Amino acid sequence: MSLIELKNVNKTYKNGVTALADMSVEINKGEFVFVIGLTASGKSTFIKMLYREEKPTSGTVMVGGLNVGKIRNRKVYKLRRKIGIVFQDFKLLPKLNVYENVAFALECVGMKEKDIRPKVLDALERVGLKDKVRSFPNELSGGEQQRVCIARAIVNEPKLLICDEPTGNLDPETSKEIMNVIESINKDLKTTIIMATHDKDIVNRMKKRVLVIDHGVLTGDYAKGRYKAHESI
Amino acid sequence: MKVFRIIGRSFRDAFKSIGRNFSLSFASIMCTTITLILVAVAIICAANIENVTKKVEDELNIVVYLKKGVTEEQIGNIKSELNVEGNIEKFTFKSKDEWKIEMGDYSDTFGTVLNYLEENPLLDSFIVKVRDIKVLNETAEHIKKISGVDTVKYGEGMVETVIKAFDIVEKVVIVVVVALILVTAFLISNTIRLTIFSRRNEIEIMRLVGASNSFINLPFIIEGFVIGVIGSIIPICITIYGYVILFSQVGGDLFTKMIVLIEPYNFVFYVSLILLAIGSIVGMLGSLKAVRKYLKI
Repeated sequence: MSLIELKNVNKTYKNGVTALADMSVEINKGEFVFVIGLTASGKSTFIKMLYREEKPTSGTVMVGGLNVGKIRNRKVYKLRRKIGIVFQDFKLLPKLNVYENVAFALECVGMKEKDIRPKVLDALERVGLKDKVRSFPNELSGGEQQRVCIARAIVNEPKLLICDEPTGNLDPETSKEIMNVIESINKDLKTTIIMATHDKDIVNRMKKRVLVIDHGVLTGDYAKGRYKAHESI
Repeated sequence: MKVFRIIGRSFRDAFKSIGRNFSLSFASIMCTTITLILVAVAIICAANIENVTKKVEDELNIVVYLKKGVTEEQIGNIKSELNVEGNIEKFTFKSKDEWKIEMGDYSDTFGTVLNYLEENPLLDSFIVKVRDIKVLNETAEHIKKISGVDTVKYGEGMVETVIKAFDIVEKVVIVVVVALILVTAFLISNTIRLTIFSRRNEIEIMRLVGASNSFINLPFIIEGFVIGVIGSIIPICITIYGYVILFSQVGGDLFTKMIVLIEPYNFVFYVSLILLAIGSIVGMLGSLKAVRKYLKI
């Protein structure tokens, strides 16, 4: 069964720029998919549409049975509780420590303090940050901050993890570690993962399904391991 | 349980935010205070004007004197004519004998003089109470045309002018109050907007991790509510003490016996409640308006 289904999706911004043109794609539960493309290719628009930061101009975007384009602003949280999002710039709250940053996601959905604790510690253990629970974001390295961000994204046990260039700000070595974490989440928790990236090494090494977007058009949909990037992407 | 947890957290956040942005919160509170004082004055004026107008209106009757020697039949006719007239609330017949007794009671001289006369020189009459005082004039003209009516007496000119003037004053006061309330809402909304601005990252993340809008709104709405409530404390004190003192100083009448102030007790509490309601509702609406903008991510 497909978790994500896009049908003839178009997106034109108010300034007239067409970001996506007639895009149709299906992604199944438990898949690990890379989305690659140059800057301004429409890759980000595609990603943002999945968690309804953007709405399609026409066509339908279904995520986990919800028609994303039709969700009213007040009901967006119903979609977002089903998905976790990892950002390139981490988006951590600077005044909260690691534990609090992760717990924040659960507080926001109104969970009890005593239920929050084990879940947060679980998530932090999975990303390998259990010994840093009391640190503040500015005391952490970029890789560690990204781990906190991942922990926050998975603490709610989402069906879908969206990663918007999670390694964009990290060096190759740290990127590798982060990718290991993300892959283990895909394997162990059966979480569907959609990851936008620029990093051809990661894509080549991981051998996953790859979607190539160019100028708003889906130019390639390669099955596992079929894609080989030669130039910079 | 979940609801209580969320509300508890919201209150904590609201007070934290007021404390953190104290100078701004203070400015909003002062602004609310000043507005509400003006609103209080306006409400008290309006209520008193309304009160006086009502009193004057209650006492204002048209006295319809009938021609000398009207028959019972004619009186009946006039009665049915008055029944048809739209602007009449009620009317009562007052015979010349009743007048005679009343005048005798009023002054002994009158009574004696009237008793000397063989025939009662007074006229039969109807006391008419009108519904709408503003068209008193026309109603009186209508009544005058009924056959058998001699003269029509009412507080010609003066009273109506006063009442019309009161009416205008009341309308002006309402406009001023509404304008003041809008200004306050705008200012509170601006203050909250600034406190929100410093927390917009937090709001963005809340939205992205699946917090519902009401969960995000609540602390800010409570903040607006608290600002409104604190801002209404001083106006309420001024209303209660100020009005009670004013009332006892002037002894209930302002300038003349005609302008009677409303009794202070209960009245001041009603006004206080209104002020509290305005303060808190305006505070909440102001902050709701401010936070809206950030909920579109």
